[in-house]
Amino acid sequence: MAVELIKERKTVAMTGNQAIAEAMRQINYDVVAAYPISPQTELMGFFAEYLANGLVDTEFVTVESEHSAMSAIIGAAASGARAMTATAAQGLLYMYENLPIASNWRLPITMVLVNRALSAPLNIHCDHSDAMTARDSGWLQLFTENSQEAYHSLIMAVKIAEKALLPVIVNMEGYIVSHTIGNVNLFADAEVRDWLGESDWRTTVPHPLLDTDHPVTYGATALPDYYTELKYQQHVATWSAKDVVKEVLREFNELAGTDYALVEPYKLEDADFAIVVMGSTAGVARTAADILRERGVKAGVLKVRLFRPFPVDEIVENLKHLKAVAVLDRHDSMNGLASPLFQDIAASLYHLPERPMLHDFVYGLGGREVTVEDMLKAFNRLINLYTGKETRSSFVDYLQVRE
Amino acid sequence: MKLKGWKELPIGGIVTQPGNSREVETGTWRIARPIVDPSKCTDCLICWVFCPDDSIPSNGKIRFETELYHCKGCGICAVECPYKAIEMVSEADVILEELKLIEKK
Repeated sequence: MAVELIKERKTVAMTGNQAIAEAMRQINYDVVAAYPISPQTELMGFFAEYLANGLVDTEFVTVESEHSAMSAIIGAAASGARAMTATAAQGLLYMYENLPIASNWRLPITMVLVNRALSAPLNIHCDHSDAMTARDSGWLQLFTENSQEAYHSLIMAVKIAEKALLPVIVNMEGYIVSHTIGNVNLFADAEVRDWLGESDWRTTVPHPLLDTDHPVTYGATALPDYYTELKYQQHVATWSAKDVVKEVLREFNELAGTDYALVEPYKLEDADFAIVVMGSTAGVARTAADILRERGVKAGVLKVRLFRPFPVDEIVENLKHLKAVAVLDRHDSMNGLASPLFQDIAASLYHLPERPMLHDFVYGLGGREVTVEDMLKAFNRLINLYTGKETRSSFVDYLQVRE
Repeated sequence: MKLKGWKELPIGGIVTQPGNSREVETGTWRIARPIVDPSKCTDCLICWVFCPDDSIPSNGKIRFETELYHCKGCGICAVECPYKAIEMVSEADVILEELKLIEKK
């Protein structure tokens, strides 16, 4: 039985990796499998220490690759275990072929993705290009702004995954959050365990492999006569997962006294111009909006917490009245219309008779520092495009590139 | 077999009944079917041994009629039959014969 370490709530200065390891300890996963990759290595190091000290009941599988990590977790979850892994960048790409399988099999897996830029060039720092590759894999995706949100989100993710029967990625920005100390309000261990409920292999998934009285086959072929029906099943599940996320956020807010929502507006009600952003950059964007408001510009920010399923209605509701919107993508889709967040927002607004002008800014690649000045630059460019002072040759600007 | 709709399938395409591949009609793949000449067949059951599917039913003594729901028309039985009692007839010819019968009626 897991040891009760924290008996009442307390605030501790922690890095994101420490906070995630703490959440993992409190969740007391049945199975964790992982392979080290910066900036995730430290996270699993902290957790391994808890394991070595006998604080958790987890079966920790130290596999030889990320491909095996995801395979082990899929097997564990199909057996009925509460299972988790964490990775980053190339690690996610190496496990990639297993991601759509976990989703179609409807396995309630949680994964922490410590966001890191993809090679090449080799870079261990943050951007969202790893997360964006998982965009169409059928996994749900939450983005987080700081250690506190990362800690909360992993706990929420377990419940979301088990209610929706879908795997969930919790994005935590590499180094910016994973290795930066901030205040984290920790729950008492018992609170987390009560809120999530005891992990029970008989009920975690509808057909656990451990139920040897009712043997089942996972991974059977579905030929052209059945593939469509099984994909549609997944399609319906992923879209209706939005309601599950809403419900779990509501329950969580009650427990924690937080105010989490699928998307989080900042001074948008009377705004003319806004930045839409995910992750830690929301903070500097809000500061930039405040500075602009002091100068008489009605600026606001929309932070997107739930990226998949994409909260179309909530996005439309918050952006429809604006004059112009700058979408910030920490990733470049390279040869699409623009980057993923922009594409989704543009598509969400398309059916409106009148909609805000949109511009996409690629920023923060490979850990490039994002400052308030950068956000002001994006706002200024957006306003100049809107007023016609400046023109554009495409929908995308690189916000921070040197000529 | 009536195909199931998306709501009727166990989630994730999980197979909950062992051996339910029997329900899948594979006979539609066939381009030729084995026709047995009863005057040559001795019920030696060599065809039953060699059939890679379970398309040749038998009680251990008698070879029953070929089970065309699953027979893919591979022709192994025709090749292995020691008495040359099995002939592979093109499905197109079978259909043409059936059409002729309908016309006569």
